[in-house]
Amino acid sequence: MPPHGPMKAPAKPKDMKGTFKRLLSLMAGAKHKLILVLLCTVVTTGVSSFGIYLLQPVLKTLESLAAEYNQTGVWPAMGGLITLLSLMAGMYLVSIICQYSANRIMMMVSTGILNRVRKNMFDHMEDLPIRYFDGHTHGEIMSRYTNDTDTLREFFSSTFPQAASSLLSILFALFFMLRLSGWLTLLVVLLMPLMMFITKTIGARSGKNFVAQQKAVGALNGYIEETIEGQRVVQVFCHEEKALEEFGKRNEDVRVAGTRAHTFAGLLGPVMNNLSHINYVLTTLLGVIMIIVGKGNPTSIFALEIATLLAFLPMIRQFSQPISNLAQQFNTVMLALAGAERVFEIMDEPVEEDEGYVTLVNAKKDENGNLTESETRTGLWAWKHPHTADGSVTYTELKGDVVLEDVTFGYVPEKTVLHNISLYARPGEKIAFVGSTGAGKTTITNLINRFYDIQGGKIRYDGINIEKIKKDDLRRSLGMVLQDTHLFTGTVKDNIRYGKLDATDEEIYKAAKIANADFFIRHLPQGYDTMLTGDGANLSQGQRQLLAIARAAVADPPVLILDEATSSIDTRTEALIEKGMDALMNGRTVFVIAHRLSTVRNSQAIMVLEKGRIIERGDHDDLIAQQGKYYQLYTGMFELS
Amino acid sequence: MQFFRLLKYAGKYKKYLILCPLVMIGEVVMEMLLPMLTATLIDEVIPQSAETGNLSRVLLYGGLMLLMSVISMGFGMAGSRFSALGGMGFSRNLRQAIFEKVQKYSFKNIDKFSTASLVTRLTTDVNQTQMVVMMLVRMAVRSPIMMVMAVVMAYRMNPTMMPILLVAAPILLVCIIVIMSKAFPRFQIMMKKYDALNASVQENLIGIRVVKAFVRAAHEKEKFEASADDVTATQRAAEKIVIWNGPIMSILMNACVIAALWLGGNQIIGGHMQMGALSSFITYMMQILMSLMMLSFLFVSFVMARASITRICEVLDEEVDIKNPENAVTEVKDGSIVFENVGFSYAGDKENLVLENVNLTIHSGETIGIIGGTGSAKSTLVSLIPRLYDVTLGKVLVGGRDVREYDMHALRDQVAMVLQKNVLFSGSIKDNLRWGNENATDEEIVAACQASAADDFIRSFPEQYDMDLGQGGVNVSGGQKQRLCIARALLKKPKIIIFDDATSAVDTATDARIREALRSHMPQTTKLIIAQRITSVMDADRIMVLDDGKIMDFGTHDELMNRCEIYKEVYTSQQKGVA
Repeated sequence: MPPHGPMKAPAKPKDMKGTFKRLLSLMAGAKHKLILVLLCTVVTTGVSSFGIYLLQPVLKTLESLAAEYNQTGVWPAMGGLITLLSLMAGMYLVSIICQYSANRIMMMVSTGILNRVRKNMFDHMEDLPIRYFDGHTHGEIMSRYTNDTDTLREFFSSTFPQAASSLLSILFALFFMLRLSGWLTLLVVLLMPLMMFITKTIGARSGKNFVAQQKAVGALNGYIEETIEGQRVVQVFCHEEKALEEFGKRNEDVRVAGTRAHTFAGLLGPVMNNLSHINYVLTTLLGVIMIIVGKGNPTSIFALEIATLLAFLPMIRQFSQPISNLAQQFNTVMLALAGAERVFEIMDEPVEEDEGYVTLVNAKKDENGNLTESETRTGLWAWKHPHTADGSVTYTELKGDVVLEDVTFGYVPEKTVLHNISLYARPGEKIAFVGSTGAGKTTITNLINRFYDIQGGKIRYDGINIEKIKKDDLRRSLGMVLQDTHLFTGTVKDNIRYGKLDATDEEIYKAAKIANADFFIRHLPQGYDTMLTGDGANLSQGQRQLLAIARAAVADPPVLILDEATSSIDTRTEALIEKGMDALMNGRTVFVIAHRLSTVRNSQAIMVLEKGRIIERGDHDDLIAQQGKYYQLYTGMFELS
Repeated sequence: MQFFRLLKYAGKYKKYLILCPLVMIGEVVMEMLLPMLTATLIDEVIPQSAETGNLSRVLLYGGLMLLMSVISMGFGMAGSRFSALGGMGFSRNLRQAIFEKVQKYSFKNIDKFSTASLVTRLTTDVNQTQMVVMMLVRMAVRSPIMMVMAVVMAYRMNPTMMPILLVAAPILLVCIIVIMSKAFPRFQIMMKKYDALNASVQENLIGIRVVKAFVRAAHEKEKFEASADDVTATQRAAEKIVIWNGPIMSILMNACVIAALWLGGNQIIGGHMQMGALSSFITYMMQILMSLMMLSFLFVSFVMARASITRICEVLDEEVDIKNPENAVTEVKDGSIVFENVGFSYAGDKENLVLENVNLTIHSGETIGIIGGTGSAKSTLVSLIPRLYDVTLGKVLVGGRDVREYDMHALRDQVAMVLQKNVLFSGSIKDNLRWGNENATDEEIVAACQASAADDFIRSFPEQYDMDLGQGGVNVSGGQKQRLCIARALLKKPKIIIFDDATSAVDTATDARIREALRSHMPQTTKLIIAQRITSVMDADRIMVLDDGKIMDFGTHDELMNRCEIYKEVYTSQQKGVA
């Protein structure tokens, strides 16, 4: 069975109509199949009511046959009864085939829709700007893939088809009830408003209480997660009793709220069930009185036959059951709408814009030394720059020359974190950023690869304003080794290949050797084919860093951005990483966020940042001579961070 | 049965768990009598009353039936109330018991279960069990009674038609069992694929910068699509089986109706049965099949909850290996630490020790640096001091007494530890700091934060010490978090304080400030500092060099520079380029 997760909060959807329309539009692609499902449902519900209706002729036939036998003493011919029962059997057979087909088609349609929703959501998510991920927690985004998608599954696979079948059942039952007896139908219909009123009242109460319960459960679960996560700290600080006390309070809140919610939710069943019994009793009573009164007077409008009453009684259930089903489904629909709204919300987020038109192409030099585009991979790259004014195309060799001119930036417009940054890096030069946490080192690198767009100034890459370069091509020309190394589920080889998807095994081994990772990889249980799981949890921090370096090495970009790891790595691994980094940096333009003196020393330029401003710049000897901040850091024998 | 063991936790809510099935019996009895009364009304009362023209018996029967419906409704409503009270009360007590047990866990016990798995047990698994309990109290008694009564009633109506049921019931049971047993494993496969899908989304969220930096969105989309198709395919494989449920139930019910109409019809013609009885027989027959189906669903959900129940029992049954001794000592004399021939293994395996034959003496008030590569058992060594783990061999003495003689709270109050993987909790900064000392005054809190170099940045927040940290302390940076954790430990005013790589994200200048503050503010306190950076331990009274679970050397910086190769190697590699 699909798991029925804990009750979800029926958070009210904001735009019910719009969301509902959009939800239905998801099914538009399967229009023909849905019409087929509808037809099958018409047959199934129709047959179900008609089958009960047929009880009347069957019982009538039996009545007359019994009277015939009673009078003649001869066993009567059963042809009529057999015909009727065969008709029933045939009908039921068709109906069951329809029922199965409807289930089957609906199952395929609903799983197909879910599949599409998931893919669309993921596709869209991958194209969202980094800013979006800054503003939303992982849990928040994840719940759209789990909880919200689950409510949609429930909606498409059960609520929607059931609601359709309930509505049809009500109509068919009403039709056949009217054919059996107008007066009895009138009585049943008169009782309906009462049933609906009670259902609505209980339903609303139960909905409200479930929201309250969900809130309490949320508070409790949050507390559980946090406390268990920090269980060691709880124990080191002897905080167990306090924790237990606080937990007890929240736990009791859940009990009180949950008891209320479940009481109301549980009421609906027995109340509706017994109301339909009362309905049944009253109908029986009226029917019996009509039979008795009408017995002497068969032409009276009140006259009723026993067979008709006996067929009518089961029809009541056929009529009232779907009504209470619909009432219960109301909450599920609300849940699905709220879930759908959150799913649509992520799909409506504007994707990362890219107005760039300069692309990166393989290039070769003709005999005159002019750059031209090449079909095949040459190892030589060029920026292809089409000019709209005269329709001409120019090619600029990719060299890795980066210039920042008077760059100003803030993550939010009100708060500028970088002020008038200007710097240049010639191809093959190494630029180091030094400064305390929050000085803006990482921010600068995030601007070069356009994770964020600058608010003032210009950044040029090989002389081209990076806003004109297609983002994908820009990023492809920049290698990155981030401080927190993220690996993906897959083999070691897959993870290195992430830098260049068509890399051969040889290229991968070569990259691993450059990064100094080859040695440890060969000592893993399956070498390069060792599976990494859960963000590379089976590797040490240092080993992960080495893999990240190999990943950047295989991409072989002209420009590198390195964010050195600050976290504790033991000295031997650190030495390995250092060697790997040095090998990787060789011959490339490098921006490095430095934490170690050795990295800084041999840089062509060192930028000392403070509060978003470059306060000192120059090479090591210049800065030492200046006797400023850098000098202090350096002579204080402090490492840089 | 593990399940019945868990039921004991219902405690004072047990009465509701007993009352609920009782009133459910009341409801079902009333419900079952209705068709019988209808049959009597139609088959006996109608002919009589029609002759006499007197409706009093009709009204009497009608009144009785109405009354029964109302009583049944009352019972039904009481049932839902009792099941809510009992079920929620049960789950409350069960959760409380699990949480209480986890609070008693030692580090070793916690190591055994992962955090995520403990959370699942406290949330999802308890919920599952509660659902089953609520369903059981409502249905486990009601359904069998409904079935038995329906069988009796049907038999009373007409015993000769019982063979229909004898054929239909087993077929139904077999079909349901086959469907469930085939579908269940397929759903399990589906859930695994589904988890994998979610894991890949999570991975993309964490690594989104890598994806973007390497321009691999297209590649990730392709991977995700394959994964999503996998989920869909397995889901279809599972649901394909389950959708047989409805049609099979329909086939059986309809076949029974037709059979009953044929057999019953013949008897009506022969004058052995009346129409009301036939109609009621059909009703009872439906109820029997429905209750059978209900019972099998009950069985299935019980089987499915079994995994949850087992997981809960695992937590409750876990033997807590570190307990308070009897006649525990509650006073820690001073901050001296002695290790006597200490050996330790996480698994308690004497052959395979992580720490081997460790002997050392640390005097009260000393500052000790500890240094060593990954896996050299630095953290392990210090965690024996507050008795987070028990030694496998030898003994650890604090203040001249074996740590196993102390009351655990008394010991841990005097041995403060700033863990490598430290956490803050939601609430204000002040709330978090008070973990160290509940009754700390504002002045004490500020003093501790000044010592840990946290006061400056706290004052830069608009709400200062009242700033909310968010779940897990997400609103502060790594280095700030570490400084808050240090302040929290300082507030304990312990006799021993241990920093397990507690300043790795703090810049070196601040690190030095903190150490200076410790020296001047807590001269009496023994200070143990584990670090990767040699600068963090260089100025300690003595430095311990660990390698592979053994103490390689123990002495001052100058001594070690003279005689310890490992130390020298680390020092030169870290100071390279400084010259």
